[in-house]
Parts: sequence; structure tokens; C-alpha cells
Amino acid sequence: MAGAEGDDSLYPIAVLIDELRNEDVQLRLNSIKKLSTIALALGVERTRTELLPFLTDTIYDEDEVLLALAEQLGSFTVLVGGPEYVHCLLPPLESLATVEETVVRDKAVESLRKISQEHSPVDLEVHFEPLVKRLACGDWFTSRTSACGLFSVCYPRVSSTVKAEIRQHFRTLCSDDTPMVRRAAASKLGEFAKVLELDYVKSDIIPLFTALASDEQDSVRLLAVEACVSIATLLPQEDLEALVMPTLRQAAEDKSWRVRYMVADKFSELQKAVGPEITKNDLVPAFQNLLKDCEAEVRAAAANKVKEFCENLPEDSRETIIMTHVLPCVKELVSDTNQHVKSALASVIMGLSTILGKDNTVEHLLPLFLAQLKDECPEVRLNIISNLDCVNEVIGIRQLSQSLLPAIVELAEDAKWRVRLAIIEYMPLLAGQLGVEFFDEKLNSLCMAWLVDHVYAIREAATCNLMKLVEKFGAEWAQNTIVPKVLSMSNDPNYLHRMTTLFCINALSEVCGQEITTKHMLPVVLKMASDQVANVRFNVAKCLQKIGPVLDSSALQAEVKPVLEILATDQDMDVKYFAQEAISVLTLA
Amino acid sequence: LASCSVCIKMSAISATEKVDGFTRKSMRKAQKQRKSQGSSQFRTQSSLVELSPLPHLKDTPSTEQQVLFVQKLQQCCVLFDFLDSVTDLKSKEVKRATLNELVDYVSTNRGVLVDSAYPDIIHMISTNLFRTLPPSENPDFDPEEDEPSLEAAWPHIQLVYEFLLRFLENPDFQPSTAKRYIDQKFVLQLLDLFDSEDPRERDFLKTILHRIYGKFLGLRAFIRKQINNIFLRFIYETEHFNGVAELLEILGSIINGFALPLKAEHKQFLMKVLIPMHTTRGLALFHAQLAYCVVQFLEKDSTLTEPVVRGLLKFWPKTCSQKEVMFLGEIEEILDIIEPTQFKKIQEPLFKQISKCVASPHFQVAERSLYFWNNEYILSLIEENIDKILPLMFGSLYRISKEHWNQTIVALVYNVLKTLMEMNGKLFDELTASYKADRQREKKKEQEREDLWEKLEALKLQDVSNSRGLQIAQNNNNNNNSLTNAEEPNTSAAITDSVNSQTFNCAK
Repeated sequence: MAGAEGDDSLYPIAVLIDELRNEDVQLRLNSIKKLSTIALALGVERTRTELLPFLTDTIYDEDEVLLALAEQLGSFTVLVGGPEYVHCLLPPLESLATVEETVVRDKAVESLRKISQEHSPVDLEVHFEPLVKRLACGDWFTSRTSACGLFSVCYPRVSSTVKAEIRQHFRTLCSDDTPMVRRAAASKLGEFAKVLELDYVKSDIIPLFTALASDEQDSVRLLAVEACVSIATLLPQEDLEALVMPTLRQAAEDKSWRVRYMVADKFSELQKAVGPEITKNDLVPAFQNLLKDCEAEVRAAAANKVKEFCENLPEDSRETIIMTHVLPCVKELVSDTNQHVKSALASVIMGLSTILGKDNTVEHLLPLFLAQLKDECPEVRLNIISNLDCVNEVIGIRQLSQSLLPAIVELAEDAKWRVRLAIIEYMPLLAGQLGVEFFDEKLNSLCMAWLVDHVYAIREAATCNLMKLVEKFGAEWAQNTIVPKVLSMSNDPNYLHRMTTLFCINALSEVCGQEITTKHMLPVVLKMASDQVANVRFNVAKCLQKIGPVLDSSALQAEVKPVLEILATDQDMDVKYFAQEAISVLTLA
Repeated sequence: LASCSVCIKMSAISATEKVDGFTRKSMRKAQKQRKSQGSSQFRTQSSLVELSPLPHLKDTPSTEQQVLFVQKLQQCCVLFDFLDSVTDLKSKEVKRATLNELVDYVSTNRGVLVDSAYPDIIHMISTNLFRTLPPSENPDFDPEEDEPSLEAAWPHIQLVYEFLLRFLENPDFQPSTAKRYIDQKFVLQLLDLFDSEDPRERDFLKTILHRIYGKFLGLRAFIRKQINNIFLRFIYETEHFNGVAELLEILGSIINGFALPLKAEHKQFLMKVLIPMHTTRGLALFHAQLAYCVVQFLEKDSTLTEPVVRGLLKFWPKTCSQKEVMFLGEIEEILDIIEPTQFKKIQEPLFKQISKCVASPHFQVAERSLYFWNNEYILSLIEENIDKILPLMFGSLYRISKEHWNQTIVALVYNVLKTLMEMNGKLFDELTASYKADRQREKKKEQEREDLWEKLEALKLQDVSNSRGLQIAQNNNNNNNSLTNAEEPNTSAAITDSVNSQTFNCAK
């Protein structure tokens, strides 16, 4: 150990500083990332008096380095001597909070927020709050944007005079000249509102909220929508109508689609925040409009919320509202011109069946499901199929099976392999719900066809799928339906298909059990050991290693061992390697 | 029957597509690309009153022309949905003809721009042009590769832009009257439109904004500030704005007209906006315009050279070779106009970077930087400062001359080495002689670094198990500076650094 040997050349600060100043950025970055080690070597006092001033001065560096520095300083409290010295970290972080690069600045603010908690109330007023003020009054917009994120962490812990100052600063920044600052303020409005006393929420926050929500820049207005959720939660119900709703109504009809999109995106949160009465009177028509919006982006965002919105409707009027107001719009969306809208809807529409119950589902929703199952866009069909379980609980899947089949077949042969992959993944679920006879009759051949797909990922998924099916239907079913087909592929002229046999055996041996493995699979594997393609041979070795534990010791000794020994002397390097590996893993040596 | 139709559909999928699914990106994109897109303004599809043609202006007695002019302007405020190509065909044609007539009217006639017409003119323009741009058809729109979506209503919008341009260029145009209508809000909305994907629209906007900047002195500072904001948002927030190249082009000519000495505001714009703009992803789309702006600044005020070059070096691309080539191009443009005194200030950091570029395994980067030696003026600057530059360049060139995979580069490097040798043969021989020793010293230093860190790590581990380790470390701190002193006269490269660390020691 260095210390024990008394190696005295180790810790002069200049050496460490040189590391932090290395010409190579990568080395500098590495050093900065180990800043805590350096601080540890220096000890708390020299860290405070020498390292931190140095760091404060080197702010002109690559952003990458600054980011690492900003992050490190957030957990530096112990290294400067604990909470009573934590304010030493403020000067470097203050400089970092003013740099141009957003990522660095945000990280500095994050660290400042973190260490603000470690300040005593006195230190907070003496050291931290003045820093926030300086940032808030900075010349360049970067420091002012950073200030926006710091008000809420110091507000609760300072005296009422300082509180008044903080509110004043926040007000000023909300009407800043630079849109970047207004955006920062708008994005922190909700957070700041939460730490304010209710009276100030009403007297200070509401006017700011109203002003930001009618800003000339849509990028500011849309952030006000986010704040709306927090603000509405804070206010008593009777004030919502007068203080929040005019702004929210305006946002839902904003001329910029970005703002309307935001309303649609936050709809469930808004709904919870304003409560059932306002939902009934205001949000229902607003939601209808969003579902019918002229921009597909907005419609898709709203369509995504259909289920949640319906779920959260007040129980007494839920069904009526859905049937008379929501469902007509949903019906139109089923034949929307934009595929993103349709697929957003398809991902939630099945959820409506649990809310509406059996009769309504059969009468009103089923036709929509069927229509979407026939949609031209595969994603829509997939989304329906992936949510079948919701319907299964309410009406059973049989009602759908006639339409399901063509949809599944078509997806199973889709030109895009990712679509094929997705449908394979739903096979075990479908098989479980449709039952073994239906499966054998209609879907089994599909599952086998995937085994010879042109894309490896599909063949792999198909193998895994077989295993899951056997888990569902049992070993006997496997022996009768799957195993013969799989084994017959071992004679295929294409070596990729022959390898698929081996991969299937790898996956199936355990679920099929010792008897089937020994009696049916093992002979095939052993026969393939003399395949002319080396890839097949070394996969035989790998396969034997894999299925070895399922076999009994006599089969291992009498049948597996001789074959592996032959393979271990193969001409091909890889075959040798895997055969030897198998021998040692199965302890046959 | 149903399954039969399925079969037919299946066979339509081509074999190649089934094989890999990785059909070429451009092919896939071409399939789903829709040509045009509408503006996001048709919220309510209320059926419109059909437009009926008004009498021609030129057939009307001049006393009544003004009234008719205003009527026509009002008629042109009706908007149509161009995504729907079958409705309102007659009305669309009436409006198109009227707009054409209006363009003609303001461009050929004198005395038609009476004060009372201004509000109607601006109203017509605002109603037609100022709209929320729709979401991009293609969320990962790549301006370098994809075809842009074109504005569907262009047959009308084009004429409105044309009209606005002719209006501004009319000899009777009165900025003093117009400034009540062409105000900050108007400009702001105009600037928002620069994000349009349609290059035809951005081209009109460029000319129009330039005219407005020229004619409305009161709006100049405002326009600059807003462009500033757009750029900052582009650089630090969204990385997306379609009109950057056009705005830079306008700025290029604005910078040209800046009075000397440059205001702090302008310098700040250069350092805090234009230089960081080099970091954005889509640099290739506007680099020519950006480099032009930067060079304009340096031509105005050569003292900005040092901060600009240092700024570029700070943002030098780490992984994107394409960008690196662009940076090298810009550096050459700067060197073309650099003053020798300024060159001395930046030669050291600059040639450290160039030395790295020369050694780049990407041959275009290496080649681009080696081309500097074909530039007579740069060559003369190098020759003047050969004592400083040769030691910086030698290591890379020497190594590359033996190692680079690309023969063109090797050949270029030989030429460069030859040129440098002719400039100062003695120094060249010394460097050749000490090359090996220098490499060994570097290796040794590297080893020392690793040892240091190993010891520091050990200390950290020790500290976890035994908090006393910290104290030992502190005691040791005060003892010794010998290692630093031994390190100081190490490489010629560390001149600035060692100065700094001395000041640091003094501060102690």
C-alpha cells in the first residue's frame, strides 16, 4: 500500500492538477471522472482551499469534461468536510450553471438542487439564495434559465422576506425577453406552485400561468399546459372554474397543433386534476374535438387516451358519456386516413370492452375490432391481436376467431420480418385462448413454416415459440405433432434447416422430458454428427452438451461419449473446440 | 374463399424483400412519401361562399380603381383547402387570377399605394401567409436525404409572396406608413415561417426579410435578436429548424454592413451563437453560409481571430469525419485572410489539431489537412514560424509516412516533409534524431500516469477500509514537489500549461 510505504511523492496537488489539465481530452475526462479520488488524496481542507478554486477557474473546457465535473460536484459534500462546508461547492457549480451547453447546465442545476438540501437554513440564506439571485439577474440567458430550476428548492426553507424576493424573481423571469428563459420558467411553474402557500398560488401563480399560456411562442404555451395539471391539483374545486378553466379551454383550441397535442397528451392527468364535474361539462366536448382534430398527431395522442379517459369518467354517467359522446368519434377513427392514429386507437380500444360490459361490446365494439383486424396496416392488426386478453375476459375469443385467423395468417407472412416476429411472440397467448384443437387445425402449420423462414431472427423466435407451446399443451402433444416434423428437417438439403432441427432440440429436450429426448431426439442428433458441414457438426457438439443433463448416464456413456470423442478429433477447429468443451462439461473425459 | 385471396396477396411480395427485409432506405422512403402537405389552418370545414370574378382593374376608370383594389384584396382573404383537390375549383381559380392581377397592379403602376390601402394589403398578406406549419410528414426527416414535403397551397401562397415582395419594392412604398403594420409581431410570424420544409417558400422569405431589414431601420435590432433566439433554440433545444441556411445568408450581408468598431452585441453573437452552431448535427446543410458569416466577421475585425479559432478548436468534431473536413475547409478560409500577427497567436493550438488531422485514419480528413501545404499564403506563414510549427507537426508526419494505409496520403506526407525540411533543415535533422527518444519519453510518462492512478485507486480502497488513510495522505501532501519539477521541462508542447501551473503554485 502506498500510504504504508510512506511514498511521499504521491500527492502534490500540482501532479493531480496536471492530470486534470492533460492535453488529451479523453485523459482529462477520465481524470475528472475520478475527481473524488483526487479529492480524497488531497484531504478535505486542501480540496476546499486549492482544488475547488482551481476547478472554478477552469470552466473553459470541453463540454464533455464540464458535464462530468457538474455531476461529480453533486456528491462532493463529504469530500469537502460535510454539510457545514457544502457551500464551498457553490462557486464552481455557479459557473457551470451559466455555460451554453444545455446538458452541462442542467446537470449543474441538478447538482445544485441536490446540495441545496445539505445546506442548513442559515447557509441557505447566506450562500445559496444569493447565488440564485445572481443567476436570476444574469446578463446572458443561460444563467437565468438555470435560476428557474432553483427557486423551488430554496423557497420552503427561507424567511418570509426572502420568500417574497424569490417570488418577485420568478415573476420577472416569466416575462423575460428571451423565449428560452420563459420556456424554462414555464416548465418549472408547476413545481414552483407546489411549494408556494395557497394564497400566493392564487395571487402570483395564476396570473403567470395565464400569461404564459397566451405567450406569442407556442413552445412556451405548451409548457403552460403541463403546469396546468399541478396547478389544478393545488386549487380547491370551487376556484378551478374561474382560475384555470378559461386557460385550459383556450389551450384545447389553440391555433398551434403543438399546444393541442400537449393537451391531448396530458388529458388523463388533466382529467384527474379538475375532477368529475368539470370533466363532464368541459373535458368531454374538448376530448371529442381532439379526437376530430385536423392534425393526425393530435388525433393519435387523443386516441391513445381513449381507454384511460373512459375509465376515469365518473361512474354514474360513464356509460352514457361513452356511448353518446366518445364512441361515435372512435368509430370514425377506425377508418382514419392516418395509420398512426389507427394504430394508437388499436392499442387501447380493446380495453373499452371491460368498461362497457358484454352486451355493449358485442353490439358496438366487436364490429370495430373486426374492422381493425382487417386494416391494411399491419401495426393496427398487431395491436388488436396483442390486446386480445382484454376481450377474452369479457366475451371470449371465439366471437373473433373467424376474423382472427385470416389476420394472423396474413401477419405471419408479412413482408417485414419485424411484423412476423411480433406475431410469433403472441402465438403462445393465442394458443392458450383458442384451445388445442383450433390450434392444431389452423395455426400449427404456420408455426412450422416459421422454422424455415429466410430470416434467422424468425427461425430463432419460432424455436422458442415451440418450447412455449409445449409448455402449454404438454409433452404428449409435442410427440405427436411437433417432434416428427422437427426431426424430419434433419434430412433437409439446406444446412441451415438441418441446424434448425438442432436448435429446436436444444429448446425442446427439457420440456419434452427424458423419454422423448432419448428415444426420438438423441438418435437424430447423433446421426448428424457425420454431417458434411462443419457448422452442423459443431452444433451437434453444442446440442449434446445442452441435452446431456436430460439424458441418463448409460445413454451418455454408451452413445454420446463415443460420438463426442470422434468430433473431438475433427479436422475443423471449431468442431474440436465445442466437442472438447462438451466432454468436459458433461464430465465424460 | 377468404384464404384464397390471402394466398394471392402473399405471392405479391417479392422474394428479395422476404429474404432480408433490409430493402434500401431510400426505396422504402420513396414508397411512403407523400408529395405535398397542407397547412394546419383548416380547423372548421364550413362550406364557403363561392367567389365570383370582379371586373378587371385595368378596365376600370382610375377613380374607382382604389375601391376595386381593396375589394380584390378582401376577396383574396378567403382560404381554400388544397389537400382536397376537387372542391372549390372555380373559386380557387378566381382567387389565383385575382392574385395575379394584384401582383401585376402593384408592380407596374405608380401611385397605387395610397395610405388607406396599407391595412387591407397587410391583412390580406397576414391571412394567407401566417399559419401554423403542420407537423412534418416524416418525423425523422433528413434534409440531406429526403425529399421535402411541399406546401399544397403553393399556387396561391406563391402569388401572395410575390405580391408582398412587389409591394415592398414599389417605388411609392412608404416605410413610415407601413411600419404601423409591418411591426414586430409581423416580423415574428414571418420568421416562424422560415421553418417551412418547402424550399420555394424559404427562398421567398429570405428575399422578403432582407428587404424589410433594409427598409425598416427600427426593426433591425429586433430582427437580429429574434434570429439569435431561433438559432439558440436550434442549437441547444431542438436541433431542428429548416431555415437556418437562409437566415445565415441574410446575416452574411447584414454583417457586411456592420459599423466599426463592432458592438459588443455583435461579438457576442459571433462567439455565443455562430461558433457553437458548428456543433449541430445538420451542419452540412448550412456550413457554407456559416463559414461565410464567420469570415465576414474576421474581415471586419481581425482581433476576433484568436477567440474564433480557439472556439472552433474547442468544438472540433470527435467522431464525425464529414464535419471534420468542413472544419478544415473553414480553417483554410480563415487562414486565407489571417494577419501574420494573429497567426502567431493561434499557431500552436491550431497546428496541434492539424497534426492530429494529418494523422487521421480517415483519408479525406488527412488529405484535406495536407492540402493546406498547397496554399501559398499558408505556406509563407508556416515558413515564417517554422521553428514553432515543425516540432508540432513532425511526430505525426514522420509516423504517418511509415504507417498510413492510404498511398495517396503517404505520397502527400512525403511532399510535406520535404517542404518542411527545406524550410529548416537543421531543426528537421534534430527532430529526426530525437524522434525515438521522444517517443520513449512519452511512453515513460504514460507509464508514470498509470502508476499514479493505480496508487490513487489503492488509496481509495484503503480509505474505505480505514479512514486513517486520509490523514496519512494529508501529511504526505506537504512534503514534496520534486516530482512536478522533474516533470516540467518535458515536452515542448506544454508551454501554456506549465505557465499556468506556475501561477497556481504562486497562488499557494
